[in-house]
Amino acid sequence: MEIARHWRQRAARYRLEGQRHRASGAVRFPPQPLALGEEPGTWEPVVLSGRGELYSFSVLRQPPAGYESLGVYAVGLVRLEEGPLVSAQLTDCAEQDLAIGMPVEMVTRRLADTGEDGVLVYGYKFRPRL
Amino acid sequence: MNNIYIIGAAATPVAEHYGRSLADLASEALRTAFAATPALVASRVGALYVANALGDRLAAQGQLGAYLAAAVGLRGVPAFRVEAAGASGGVAIQQAAQAIAAGAAEVAVVLGAEKVTDHLDAAVEAALALAADAEAEAIHGLTLTAQWAMLMRRYMHQYGYPAEAFAPFPINAHANAAKNPQALYRFPISADKYRKAGMVASPLNMLDCSSVADGAACLILASERVAREVAAARDLLVRLAGVAVATDAPALGLRADPLDLAAARASAHIALGRAHLGLSEVQVFELSDPHGIAAALALEAMGYYARGEAPRHAADGAIAPTGRTPIASAGGYKARGDVAGASGVYQVVELLRQLRGVAGASQVPDARVALAQCLGGVGTTAATCVLVAEHERQA
Repeated sequence: MEIARHWRQRAARYRLEGQRHRASGAVRFPPQPLALGEEPGTWEPVVLSGRGELYSFSVLRQPPAGYESLGVYAVGLVRLEEGPLVSAQLTDCAEQDLAIGMPVEMVTRRLADTGEDGVLVYGYKFRPRL
Repeated sequence: MNNIYIIGAAATPVAEHYGRSLADLASEALRTAFAATPALVASRVGALYVANALGDRLAAQGQLGAYLAAAVGLRGVPAFRVEAAGASGGVAIQQAAQAIAAGAAEVAVVLGAEKVTDHLDAAVEAALALAADAEAEAIHGLTLTAQWAMLMRRYMHQYGYPAEAFAPFPINAHANAAKNPQALYRFPISADKYRKAGMVASPLNMLDCSSVADGAACLILASERVAREVAAARDLLVRLAGVAVATDAPALGLRADPLDLAAARASAHIALGRAHLGLSEVQVFELSDPHGIAAALALEAMGYYARGEAPRHAADGAIAPTGRTPIASAGGYKARGDVAGASGVYQVVELLRQLRGVAGASQVPDARVALAQCLGGVGTTAATCVLVAEHERQA
């Protein structure tokens, strides 16, 4: 079930909320805890545009436990406009449509179904930009 | 560091050992290693390091240090389970070496053991994916294989290779495994078969993906004093001349350049530095090579080939036993079999055969210096061991 675990991720999963370094302007995603030497004000939340391009991708035919119902599915690394490189599933596209460098955008979809008494986990995926 | 020697080594065949448990396999590896070291009595063992990545998930057993110590006849010995995904074996060797260097033990045993075939593929894939970042990667259904696949596709794009440019890696692995009675897949494969193989995680196909299987391997590490005492006069001694562990971020997206395995480079350079050896002095290698791309990136990260060049050199024979950087002489992860957390221990068992000149048809001629490197996840943990063969009388 792990309801609280998924709830903690809500800002990143639903809004693609990352962090911007107040001094340097560097943006990172997903949000990380403070590292040694950083203060609570070192990073501020920033909602990312969800637009980027495909850095690489793979189409999986041997899913891990919990993802069998997806059958064959595509995953990708997306370079967001703001800089971060994000791992996610690719959706609304056929394998032959995919190419490195293609523009993609974030959509919210179901990530996992944790079973009868569990939670439906929603979050970001990416699709070819409309 | 005080000199540390590897005075005993043994492994079970890598296989689907349906009739045997984790403890059965560990027992066989340990007893075989001690049988080959008759002058050493078990009461001298000061520490046991169990290398295991998946035991709590797939073997339904925790506290593997004490559990396996009791099972194999080392009850009472301080025992530790080391978990660093696929790098567990190398990290366990590093821990054992530190215990001896610190004077806490004169003899330390490293026992790599993995039992995975009680579960179907999907459960094994999910267990292996624990090496990735759970929130940034695994929740999206990304597997370890998918991560390597994405690196392979990016590499092909960046350097202009087709997928079959990676065929020389599994072809070499299978050619060598065909001569290793302990290997999982003892048959050769061809470039044509590679081209026709079905996809697992595109562009990685079935012939470029290792199979995870059961096995156990054991090393006995000792101080120089004990090593010289128990060695027969004409024995060749193998010194663990350098060992080092380095780490990186699990999430590929948090690395500056995902095609650069920075931890692989750091651990190799530190280990070679501790051994006072240069890159070019290593004659035989064992790498984490579940896929050709993994071996290619490790060779480039360490500095053996320029970025984008490793597949070209592999095609020219550089990774064969007679090449400049021989790898997978026992079959590698692909064909000997991928033993997850025990792989790093299997690597050193094979390199000992090479350094002792008993590797048969896959022998690298006159091998005296060897390097084993195992990776946890996609190079998230890297552990490198440098081994040097010494003749007892020379010292």
